[in-house]
Amino acid sequence: MAEATVKRPGRWTRFMAWLDARMPVTETVEYHATKYYAPKNFNFWYYFGALAMVVLVIQLLSGIWLTMSYVPSGAGAFASVEYIMRDVEFGWLIRYMHSTGASAFFLVVYLHMFRALAYGSYRAPRELLWLIGMAIYLVLMAEGFFGYVLTWGNMSFWAAQVIVSLAGAIPIVGPELMEWVRGDYGMSEITLNRFFALHVVAVPLALVGLVFLHIVALHHVGSNNPDGIDIKQQKDAEGVPVDGIPFHPYYTVHDLQATVVFLFLFCLVLFYAPEMYGYFIEKPNFEEANPLKTPEHIAPVWYYTPFYAMLRATTFPLFGLSAKFWGLVVMAGAILIPAILPWLDRSPVRSIRYKGAWSKLMLGLLVASFIALGYLGTIPPSPGATVAAQLFTIVYFAYFLLMPWYSRIERVKPEPERVTR
Amino acid sequence: MMRLLGALLVAAVLGMPALAAESSWTLEAMTPNLTDKPSLQRGLRLYANYCLGCHSLKFQRYERTADDLGAPHGIVMENVIFTGQKIGSLMTTAMPEEEAKGWFGAAPPDLTMVARVRGVDWLYTYLKTFYIDPTRPFGVNNKVFDNVGMPHVMMELQGTQREVCKGYEPLDIVHGEALIGAPRASQCLLEVEAGTGIYDEKEFNAAAYDLVNFLYYVGEPTRLERERIGAYVLAFLAVLFVFAFLLNREYWKGIR
Repeated sequence: MAEATVKRPGRWTRFMAWLDARMPVTETVEYHATKYYAPKNFNFWYYFGALAMVVLVIQLLSGIWLTMSYVPSGAGAFASVEYIMRDVEFGWLIRYMHSTGASAFFLVVYLHMFRALAYGSYRAPRELLWLIGMAIYLVLMAEGFFGYVLTWGNMSFWAAQVIVSLAGAIPIVGPELMEWVRGDYGMSEITLNRFFALHVVAVPLALVGLVFLHIVALHHVGSNNPDGIDIKQQKDAEGVPVDGIPFHPYYTVHDLQATVVFLFLFCLVLFYAPEMYGYFIEKPNFEEANPLKTPEHIAPVWYYTPFYAMLRATTFPLFGLSAKFWGLVVMAGAILIPAILPWLDRSPVRSIRYKGAWSKLMLGLLVASFIALGYLGTIPPSPGATVAAQLFTIVYFAYFLLMPWYSRIERVKPEPERVTR
Repeated sequence: MMRLLGALLVAAVLGMPALAAESSWTLEAMTPNLTDKPSLQRGLRLYANYCLGCHSLKFQRYERTADDLGAPHGIVMENVIFTGQKIGSLMTTAMPEEEAKGWFGAAPPDLTMVARVRGVDWLYTYLKTFYIDPTRPFGVNNKVFDNVGMPHVMMELQGTQREVCKGYEPLDIVHGEALIGAPRASQCLLEVEAGTGIYDEKEFNAAAYDLVNFLYYVGEPTRLERERIGAYVLAFLAVLFVFAFLLNREYWKGIR
């Protein structure tokens, strides 16, 4: 009767065993959370990945509720937004959540990207992680653009007109390509309908898929840290990195704290300045789309203005191709060029903490030029503003194109063996 | 590195070309007050009497307006709805759009969100700066909306307003400024002929205030509710932060 003393496992253990035999539940939780070892020296800049996930959830949920009352038609779109704002219970809350969320998404993603630049998170072995991130950024830009058009306000209409007409600047195929994108000879209900389909089904699907891949790739290679050193070099007897701590519970409580602070700021805007003085919701967008009435000054929302400023700064034709075409090339180049960073950076160290003066100066200039271009993209064009935008465009590209040179010649500090505070 | 970034940012901002100032009539500041229900009710009455005939508020419903402004449905039905619509109807106008285009050159725009598009200062100044201009089809022009396509509907309240321009200041000659050219806008004033309006200046200003206050409400009728709920949400998050902070501190105690 000795066997009888073996205690039967509890209900929960038996249930988990049943699950694990059929699906790797425990294994997955351990791999991604309780036994995923993240460096213990994460600082402020490491909050924005988790916050981007928070905003993604906010956007998905508020978006679903908006779709319940939104009417994707030329005659009904604008009115349905106001119907949501006035007649739908808490419709205003859902709408402002979504409009504030759009800006918040780009804000946290830009800060997340800055973090990667500063600490060299794009360097090997994280190139693919970085490329997936760049794909997320591109998809996010598309998502933001399509969504912005859906309100069918006058600025939405004209900004979309300007952006879609860029396709027309491509030699030979341009005009037909533009028509193909719009599905019509001008911006119309047909365009609105396809943008709706893309905004609520196709692009979010791609976005969620890419975010999943981003996390899979991250958890495979492990997180970088402000020192840019590999914590897997120093492991204890059990194979756990000595400077690593389990993501759960340490970083879940850490991120929870940051999320509450973020939500506080988010709600401050949502409840007290949802238009953000015309930067989150532009004034002309309170007028219905009108093909006969061009707004005095067409500007995209703030998160696209750095690139819009570069587009406008390209004012000269070259090789028989129009200035508009080259503007498109410059703009597309500016958006895409960060993708090749892993192969531009020749520094022996990853983190800005140990890089030399050149890297620090160039990163500072990059941030300054990006903000300056962002501002220049919001104001009406003037000769002075154009020259300034041209200068800042050169500075922006210089950060990337000169990196193979300055990252190699500068004097760097030695990296520490273990992470520092 | 942060100090370097900061210095560069300041340099970038200071180096920006200043925004070109628009030379126009100076807008008069107006601070709306959504808690002033009597003002909003007077604004609604003015809107119904002077504006709603041509300018719809087609995204807003009579019922919501009545409820938000604390006006009984019966009174609104009697004094605001002249078109036989129901209390739950949208505040549309009976004017046919096609004919309106013929009468005014363009259909009078819907004004539901005009306060959000133009801003309250602009609206307030606009209402006050119609003046006699015989060259215009309706005999009036406007200081902030040049060549405006509508008549001065509240002229009976304000009275006849004319533009009075003074000559050149001798000071200009001393400073060597050009002697030719039109007088500067700042030298021109608008003056109401005494006794031509039902209201005196103070009363008309108050009427313009009420009307703009009402349009500010209509632009976003949920504003007060939004700000009220916001306070609770922020208070909740502030309390939640204390717990999140303590939880985080408890877990991280042993990590060095």
